[in-house]
Amino acid sequence: MHMLEVKDIHKSYGDLEVLKGISFSMNKGETAVIIGTSGTGKSTLLRCINQLHPPDKGEIWLDGVNITDPKIDINKIRQKIGFVFQEFNLFNHLTALRNVSIGLEKVKGFTKEKAEKKAIEELKRVGLKDQAKQYPAQLSGGQKQRVGIARALAMDPTIILFDEPTSALDPELIGDVLDVMKSLAHKVAMLVVTHEMGFARNVADEIIFMEGGVIVESGPPKQMFQNPKKARTKEFLGRISTLYGKD
Amino acid sequence: MLEILANSLPQLAEGLKTTIGLTVLSLILGTILGIFLAVIRIYGKFPLPYLIIFYERVFRGIPLIVIFFLFYFGLSLQIGLNIDPFTAAIFGLGLRGAAYQAQIFRSAINSIPEGQMVAARSLGMSKLSAIRNIILPQMLRLSVPGWSNEFTIVLKDTSIAFSIGVIELMRQGRYIYVNNPDYVLPVFLFIALIYFIMVISANKTLSYLEKKYKMSGFEIGVER
Amino acid sequence: MESLPSLLDGLYITLILTFISLIAGLFLGIGLALGRVYGGKIVSAICIGYIEIIRGTPLLVQLFIIYFAFPSIGITLEAIDAALLGLSLNSGAYQAEYLRGSIQSIPSGQMVAARTIGMTKLQSIKNIVLPQALRISIPAWSNELIYLLKYTSIVYIIQVKELTAEGKFIAAETFKFLEIFAIIAIIYLVLTIVFSTIIEKFEKKLRIPGLGEKAKIGLRNAL
Ligand SMILES: Nc1ncnc2c1ncn2[C@@H]1O[C@H](COP(=O)(O)OP(=O)(O)O)[C@@H](O)[C@H]1O
Ligand SMILES: [Mg+2]
Repeated sequence: MHMLEVKDIHKSYGDLEVLKGISFSMNKGETAVIIGTSGTGKSTLLRCINQLHPPDKGEIWLDGVNITDPKIDINKIRQKIGFVFQEFNLFNHLTALRNVSIGLEKVKGFTKEKAEKKAIEELKRVGLKDQAKQYPAQLSGGQKQRVGIARALAMDPTIILFDEPTSALDPELIGDVLDVMKSLAHKVAMLVVTHEMGFARNVADEIIFMEGGVIVESGPPKQMFQNPKKARTKEFLGRISTLYGKD
Repeated sequence: MLEILANSLPQLAEGLKTTIGLTVLSLILGTILGIFLAVIRIYGKFPLPYLIIFYERVFRGIPLIVIFFLFYFGLSLQIGLNIDPFTAAIFGLGLRGAAYQAQIFRSAINSIPEGQMVAARSLGMSKLSAIRNIILPQMLRLSVPGWSNEFTIVLKDTSIAFSIGVIELMRQGRYIYVNNPDYVLPVFLFIALIYFIMVISANKTLSYLEKKYKMSGFEIGVER
Repeated sequence: MESLPSLLDGLYITLILTFISLIAGLFLGIGLALGRVYGGKIVSAICIGYIEIIRGTPLLVQLFIIYFAFPSIGITLEAIDAALLGLSLNSGAYQAEYLRGSIQSIPSGQMVAARTIGMTKLQSIKNIVLPQALRISIPAWSNELIYLLKYTSIVYIIQVKELTAEGKFIAAETFKFLEIFAIIAIIYLVLTIVFSTIIEKFEKKLRIPGLGEKAKIGLRNAL
C-alpha cells in the first residue's frame, strides 16, 4: 500500500478546468518533485491534496484513509500534511518561536511549555534557534522560509507539501533553504513544486512533469534527465536547465 | 470665580463619574458587538452579512438623539420595558458605536493578507480557531488608530444623554446654574475644560499604546 | 398623519441649519487651514488652539455656552441663531483639519512651480493650492454634510424647533414615541442616502485623474 495515493483528480475554477485527471502515488519517506510551466495547475494540485481547495472529482488516500470522503474531519488530516508556501505566510503578530508552537498548542492541545520546548527543537533543526524571539518582519526571506518549514515539521506530518519554497528568495538565500529540505529527505515524505533542477536531480526519488492539467511523464531523475520518453519533457527540461543551472 | 467652582465641584465630580461610566460601558458594548459584526460580515454565511450591512446602515444613518428617544421614550416608557435613562444611553451609544466599530474592524481584517488564514488552516486549525488565534490578534493591533478616534467621539457624545435625563456632566452643570444663574459661564467653561483634558489624555494614552503594541517590525503586507 | 405638516416644518429648519453651517464652516475652515499651514508662528498657534479646543469638547457644551452662558456677558442670541453659530464654529474646526490634510497631500513642487512663474505666495495659494485641496476634500466634505445633518438634531436641546424637536412635541402629546421616531429615523436615513449619492456623483464629475488618491484625512463619524 502506498502512503499517498492520488486518483484521477479533477478541479475547475468556474469554466476553467485546471486539473484534468491527475493520478500518482508516493511511498513513505519519499521525495517527489513536480515541475512544469507556470499556470499548469501545480499549486492547485497541492491545494487539492490538503483540501484547501477540495477537488471536484477523484480520490486522495493517505495512510490507507480516503481523505476526500466528506465525512472525514479535514482538520485532523491537515495536521498530517504540512504545507510550505512560496510567500512564507508566517503569522505576522507572532515571534518565530510562537509561529512554530501555535499549531501544537491550539491544534494538538499541547501545553504552552511543551509546545515551546518542541518548537525550540524544530527551530534548532532548521538552524534558527537564535532567532526564536524575532518577529517575521525582522527575519530575512531565507530565515522566514526556514521558520515556515519548522512550523510544518512541528506537527509531525507524514508528508510536507512545498509550493515553490525558494521562488520568492534572493539567489544567495536559496541554498540554506534547500539544505534544510535536503536534510529532511527520507525522514518525512516531501512533495515539492520547484524549478531548482539541482535539488530535483540530487534529492528527488521521482520527478513528475505536469503540463496543461495532466501529468505528461514521471519517473526517477536519472531516467527523466537522461532518457525522457516524451519529446515535450526533453524540451522543457532543456529549457529550464539553462535557466536555472545544472546544480 | 474660584469659589464658584469650589462650590460646584462635588456635583461636577458626580456628573463626571456618570460620564466616564457611560463612556466605558458603551465602548465595551460597542467593541465586543463590533468585533462580532465585523467577523460575521466577513466570514458569516448568507444571509447574515446582509443583515449586518442593514444594521450598520440604520445605526449609522440615524442621529444619536433619535436612537436615544426610541430606546428611552419608545421602548422603556411606551412599551414598558422600564429601563432607566442611564441603561438606555449605554445601549444607544453601544449599539450605534458597534456599527462604526464594525467598520473599523472590518477594514483591519481586510488588510490582513489572505495567506494568514490559509497558513492557519493548513496547520489543521478550524476556521473558528484561525479567526481567534491568527486573525483577531492582528485585527486588534491594526484597529488601534480607528478605535482611538471612536473613543473620543463616544466620550463627547455621552453629553447627548442629557436629552433623556441622564445626570452626567452637562446635566449637573445645568442643575448648578439653574440655582445660581451667575455660575453659568464659569461652570460651562469648566465643564468644557474637563472634556478637553479627557479627550487630550485619551488621545495621548492611546497613541502611546498604539506605538507600544506596534510590535517591532510588525508591518502588514510587507512580506519580502 | 396630521403630524406631517409640523414634521415638514421641522425638516425645513433641519435642512437650513445643515446647509448654512456647512457653508459657513467651509469658509471658516479655509481660513483656519490656511492660517495653520501658511500663517506665521502666532497665527498658526491661534488656529491650532481653536481647532483643538473645538475638537476636544462636545458640540453640546459649545451650544450651551453660546446659548445659556453668553447672555451673562451681554450677548443674547435667539435659539436658532445660537444653533447656527455653534454648528458653524464647530464644523469650521473639523473642515479645517480635512482641508489641512488635503493641502499637505499636495506635493510642495506645486507651490514652487507657481512661485517660479512669478506668482506671489497668496496668488499661488489661491490659484494653485486651494483649487486642488478643495477637490481632494470633497469626500471629507460629504462626510461632514452627513455629520451635520445628524448632529443638527441636538440643537433641539436648546429649544430650536427642528425635525427632532417637532417629533418630540408630537410624540409627547400622543405618547406614540416609537411610531413618530421611526418615521423621523426613516427621514434621516433617506436624507443621508440621498445626500451621499448626490455628492458621489458630484465628486466623480469633479475628479481630476491622479489627484488626491493618497490624501489621508481623519474623518469624524458620519457614514
Ligand atoms: N482560486 C482560483 N480561482 C480561479 N482561478 C485560479 C485560482 N487558483 C488558480 N487559478 C487558475 O488556475 C490555473 C493554474 O494555477 P496554479 O495552480 O496556480 O498554477 P501553477 O502553480 O502551476 O503556476 C491558472 O490559470 C490560474 O489562473
Ligand atoms: Mg504555483
